[in-house]
Amino acid sequence: MNFIDNPGKLRGFEKNIKVEKVSRRSILKGLGITGGFVLAAPVMSRQAFAYETGAGKMPHGVVVDPRVFVAVAADGTVTILAHRSEMGTGVRTSLPLIVAEEMEADWSKVKVQQAHGDEVKFGNQDTDGSRSTRHYLIPMRQIGASARTMLEQAAAKRWKVPATEVKAVNHEVVHSASGRKLGFGELAADAAKESVPSIEGLKLKDPKDFRYLGKGQVGIVDLHDITTGKAQYGADVRLPGMKYAVIARPPVTGGKLVKFEPEAALKVPGVEKVMQVRGWPWPSKFQPLGGVAVIARNTGAAIKGRDALKLTWDDGANGKYDSVAYRKELEEAARKPGLVVRQEGDADAALKTADKVIVGEYYLPHLAHVSMEPPVAVADVKGDKAEIWAPVQSPGGTREDVAKTLGIPEGNVTVNVTLLGGGFGRKSKCDFALEAALLSKELGAPVKVQWTREDDVRHDFLHTVSVERIEAGLDKSGKVIAWRHRSVAPTIASTFAAGANHAAPFELGMGLVDMPFEIANISCENPEAAAFTRIGWFRSVSNIPRAFAVQSMVGEIAAATGRDQKETLLALIGSPRIVKPDVKDLWNYGEPYDSYPIDTARLRKVVELVAEKGEWGRKVAKGHGLGIAVHRSFVSYIATIVEVAVDEKGKLTVPRVDTAIDCGTYVNPERIASQIEGAAIMGLSVAKYGKISFKDGKVEQKNFDDFQVIRMDESPMVTNVYIVPPGPDTPPSGVGEPGVPPFAPALMNAIFAATGKRIRNLPLGKQLEA
Amino acid sequence: MIKVKINGQEQSWDGDPDLPLLWFLRDEAGLTGTKFGCGQALCGACTVIVDKEAVRSCITSINDVAGREVTTIEGLHPNGDHPVQKAWRQVNVPQCGFCQAGQIMQAAALLMENPKPSHDQIREAMAGNICRCGCYQRIENAVHLASTGV
Repeated sequence: MNFIDNPGKLRGFEKNIKVEKVSRRSILKGLGITGGFVLAAPVMSRQAFAYETGAGKMPHGVVVDPRVFVAVAADGTVTILAHRSEMGTGVRTSLPLIVAEEMEADWSKVKVQQAHGDEVKFGNQDTDGSRSTRHYLIPMRQIGASARTMLEQAAAKRWKVPATEVKAVNHEVVHSASGRKLGFGELAADAAKESVPSIEGLKLKDPKDFRYLGKGQVGIVDLHDITTGKAQYGADVRLPGMKYAVIARPPVTGGKLVKFEPEAALKVPGVEKVMQVRGWPWPSKFQPLGGVAVIARNTGAAIKGRDALKLTWDDGANGKYDSVAYRKELEEAARKPGLVVRQEGDADAALKTADKVIVGEYYLPHLAHVSMEPPVAVADVKGDKAEIWAPVQSPGGTREDVAKTLGIPEGNVTVNVTLLGGGFGRKSKCDFALEAALLSKELGAPVKVQWTREDDVRHDFLHTVSVERIEAGLDKSGKVIAWRHRSVAPTIASTFAAGANHAAPFELGMGLVDMPFEIANISCENPEAAAFTRIGWFRSVSNIPRAFAVQSMVGEIAAATGRDQKETLLALIGSPRIVKPDVKDLWNYGEPYDSYPIDTARLRKVVELVAEKGEWGRKVAKGHGLGIAVHRSFVSYIATIVEVAVDEKGKLTVPRVDTAIDCGTYVNPERIASQIEGAAIMGLSVAKYGKISFKDGKVEQKNFDDFQVIRMDESPMVTNVYIVPPGPDTPPSGVGEPGVPPFAPALMNAIFAATGKRIRNLPLGKQLEA
Repeated sequence: MIKVKINGQEQSWDGDPDLPLLWFLRDEAGLTGTKFGCGQALCGACTVIVDKEAVRSCITSINDVAGREVTTIEGLHPNGDHPVQKAWRQVNVPQCGFCQAGQIMQAAALLMENPKPSHDQIREAMAGNICRCGCYQRIENAVHLASTGV
């Protein structure tokens, strides 16, 4: 254990660590690219836990070593490393809290320190996929238990008693027979000499003795700094001699600079230099788009200078991208057979013989992330060494990409992770950090690259655009006997490989082929769709359009059969069972199916819980309506009830939202509630306003005036969150993302209940206005 | 030479008089608590108090505040214990936290003008401040708590 007096040394790592070639992120695995290998094997205790997770299959796997994550100083201060990025989920608090719980540290004596990007040392650091608690609950407990065991062993030796007679309790080790006590600080030096115990032999705490886990009594570690303006985000890093840069990027993805005239920009007070930035050919993965940078003494001058630039671009092949025309292409594709990705029974035949066929075609435009902090990064490149400060969800991936982009060894790159002012998947792509690195290298000075909001909206890695077409065949009794779902959308894989026209397995597994209904004849199809802009992960990814379509269709079936929405939903879910979709290599959020199956008993449970707590069926005022939806994503189960009110002019308000979540074993219910409250706001933003469109290859929106998000005056009056208590050994599952998908369909089902209008095209916009 | 008082300290600027106050605060004065969110007064992340009024510093030039008194999140209270800040912590408002300085400054200005706002008045007064994480329910509750005594 690294029991040292100066916890700051935890940051020190051997320069020039030899880093093996490791396959880039799980996306590449999803594309079927093999090669590379996992360096650190996952270390799991199979004795104490009845389940396994997919953590070990992530790039660089899991590191379970207290010497890496924990330091105890002589004054008793315990420093715990947070190796995942904080973007608002509370992970920087929750994971260290698990360590503190298990090692019996007093949380008031714990300091949390952010780890830099180094996956060889810390294990996988990709903070995405709603994975942090799910993958690290066990490893963090093991790390804490190891540290506690070493402290106990040190005390036992000091007292010359068997280790079984001593026990760590709240920052002390106690020998109850003699009444002796030693503080963690007093034991630090001796404990450091103890060997790290084997994981198999660790004794973990009985959950009934937990002081912090599952209680929700601990505020986030950054709470005071955030409320006083001291918290440090990417944009807040300031280095001596640092220059400020903004970049004019090609208006069309893949476009090229033809010429630039810098004279007017150079006349702006404070502007020091205008220089070209290298761009990469489309599809460019996370590499910069290129363009022209204006370097100045402050950001305001750089922006003013950029406004004065005269630029000529060659738009290239994507210059023809037009959202109106593209939508028609998607709709046509959805009306013809496509690649069959799940087939059970004979949906074609059953649809032909069905008594009634209900058809719904649902449209979702591109969405931009617009985290409150636009992309920003600081880089200081000196010779063959680079140091980066950036709000990145992928500290390890950023380090790899900076090294590759600059052509220097990865061991020469330090990535310091600041707080993220929101991420939502945007900051999994480190293009902004690469831009800063390229500019700093050329300038020979530290530089901050600041994206403006317009840059962010126009050059995002957007959520895909999609048409989802569902045909449901009903027999005479109203029972659904056939289900055909065609999902057409450009794939995230297109950002990595030219010509990728079909959904990657991880996209198919998000609400299409994992559809849980008990229906005899099922066909899921994925017709081709080409991409003309950068497509990327957006909080909950393909689950948004899929849940919107599937759960809206449930509402349509209820309406067509004159039945209650909730009863229709439960009838479709069917009997409590483990669903086994007939899909080769079903993608299950990277998790082993045995630990995380599609369990309809849990799906039914969240529907029933939200119906009970949310008073489903209650009488509502005229012009009001209730809607319900449920969706499993990131291996969690979530059901939402939305109450809407629509006035005679078509103005929508949301008096109440109720959501029930089953995320298995959980750490911090208070942060789970905040995530779900926030997901309702994001879900409402998607449903009411979410639309990015293209004309002549260019994004038509630019800022919060034309890409609107929900503000306080239109937010739900009340959002209630109910968390299903976990069973023993129920594995933890995702929280950050799953709240979003059920919101839009619950809202649209509620609008239908209130007005009789079925909204199939997102966003809602002015569709309710006469 | 433009002179302005920021958090009680006299500061001066002899550069571009049109420089937005936001960038003067962040890049020239090193007061990074005030955030850049949109540059067009659409999101409120850059809200500061000028004299007694909430102002979007991204569209306010340094020249506009010459001779006036600017308060940023760093200067709201010496120990960070303004009732609004305390209420924010009690309610555990923030998620990512990036918009919160602007939210807090807006709320502090609201309470100076209207010490006991109704829920509707809170929702209206705070509507210029976007929180993409969606902390609105807690912001509303925290403003209410600050107005009734923390």
